[in-house]
Amino acid sequence: MPVEIDVDHVARLARLALTAEERDRFRHQLGLILEHAERVREVAAEEVPPTSHPIPRSNVFRPDEPEPSLSHEEALAGAPEVEDERFKVPRIIEEP
Amino acid sequence: MAELCDLTAHELGRLLRAGEATAAEIVESALGRIEAVDDRLHAFLVVTEDLARRQAQEADRELQAKRDLPPWAGIPLALKDVLCTRGIRTTAGSKILEPYVPPYDCTPWARLKNGWSALVGKTNCDEFAMGSSNENSAYGPVHNPWDLDTVPGGSSGGSAAAVASGEAVWALGTDTGGSVRQPAALCGVVGMKPTYGRVSRSGLIAFASSLDHVGTFARDVRDTAILLGAIAGQDPKDATSLPDEVPDYAEGLDAGVRGLRIGLVEDWLSTEGVQSGVQQAVRAAVERLERLGASIEPVSLPHADYALSAYYLLAPAECSSNLARYDGVRYGFRAEDGSDVMDMNMRTRGAGFGDEVKRRIMLGTYSLSAGYYEAYYGQAQKVRTLVIQDFDRAFERFDLLVSPTSPTTAFRLGERTEDPLAMYLSDVFTVPSNLSGMPAISIPCGVASDGLPVGFQLMGKFLDEATVLRAAYAVEQDLAFDARPPILQALG
Repeated sequence: MPVEIDVDHVARLARLALTAEERDRFRHQLGLILEHAERVREVAAEEVPPTSHPIPRSNVFRPDEPEPSLSHEEALAGAPEVEDERFKVPRIIEEP
Repeated sequence: MAELCDLTAHELGRLLRAGEATAAEIVESALGRIEAVDDRLHAFLVVTEDLARRQAQEADRELQAKRDLPPWAGIPLALKDVLCTRGIRTTAGSKILEPYVPPYDCTPWARLKNGWSALVGKTNCDEFAMGSSNENSAYGPVHNPWDLDTVPGGSSGGSAAAVASGEAVWALGTDTGGSVRQPAALCGVVGMKPTYGRVSRSGLIAFASSLDHVGTFARDVRDTAILLGAIAGQDPKDATSLPDEVPDYAEGLDAGVRGLRIGLVEDWLSTEGVQSGVQQAVRAAVERLERLGASIEPVSLPHADYALSAYYLLAPAECSSNLARYDGVRYGFRAEDGSDVMDMNMRTRGAGFGDEVKRRIMLGTYSLSAGYYEAYYGQAQKVRTLVIQDFDRAFERFDLLVSPTSPTTAFRLGERTEDPLAMYLSDVFTVPSNLSGMPAISIPCGVASDGLPVGFQLMGKFLDEATVLRAAYAVEQDLAFDARPPILQALG
């Protein structure tokens, strides 16, 4: 059976503004995909350890040598809006 | 008639060093081919003719000075548009990155560039490498040079089509679930995904970090070995890159397959949905290996059936996290009229991403969200373990495993766009090697009755690219697949 998901909730978590048409279509398609994906539960027994990475590596070090990094100018060059060497965004805090 | 751009890199290298061709002539030949066919193929998003000519000029100057150049000097290269190139627009096939010009080079290109590799352009691909047909590109689909009404495969469809049609001699792509091997199969070229971590991913626009690999497209196995050797090796900028020494992959290619133990994944041949022409061509390739002295036995990978389900939980989960960075603040597209920053984020992402990317971000967000994590993501990670254990067991008995690369030849444009699940099925035989991280190659092994090429997949042990390449080379030499896509026959 297709899985029922709360599309509005998921879209908000994912920061995606959807049209009404997209909402209906995705609800239907995601339900079918999840139904197929649920098959993983048929074989994933309690004692099987999870794998997050094909080749587990940890604590990979390299020498800590200073080298040139991006200049302010380069880092800001692709920004949609810039002011005083900073990224500019619409207001974040409600007006009092 | 074949032109310079139709030759392989190792043939061109010989001509260059014998003074029978210049890098400038080779690059002009590839640029001329782009001019002649790309309005029909749409393999390129950007053509970098000035850079290609500059690199060729420098290669020619070095050659005249009798300096020893690497085998990639002056050879026309194409890069999938998810690989960052300093000063050259890089879009990942997405509207959200339409204005993006990276301030740095990805490591694979940085290495090739240093040896005067001649970049002719950035290739079209499915948006953020998510897709199996190239129809998810925000800039329109690529057409398969074998039949313009069919897809080139995906997500690296532009790179595959470019190499198949002589627009580039070789190319780089990325393979997260089959995105190098499947388009290589559908376009009749050689596509290789090396071991996870063998090639640096610094400067690759990330999709699913535990599954992403940089891979190669070429017209034969020898070129594949050379190109892989050029880009492989540890990189201080990528902590997942492996420190193991890189062998000379081109050496010992012709050592043959006598004595090799090869497992044929029989379930993948006889399963429903595998086109009969694909079955026949793959069986014929297996018979060649046997005749050449390899021993062939059937092998079963019992959990591979579940690999696709696991993949479509793991890859979206990782993508939902990786693509969180596209927020309309630091680079790329921003939607107008956001009332506050959250509203701006949501409008930017809603307008900037295409359907498949939105589907996968939502799938991943859902399967990682409170209450579902263990039921989906956690279970998929366990299936990943089971798939790897299947490979480990098989490789106790075998040196290599072989199968079709994809269940069908190239399908028609539009045929699967309305049904995401049908689209996902074209990766059913390639996804397991991404879950395991083990190396795999697709080589052309003939054409089916529809006149379209069939891919033969060879899968090897961790870091055993050499055996994969050696067996692929043996089949290739024996088969002598030399069909030219119809679009080139029409050029005369």
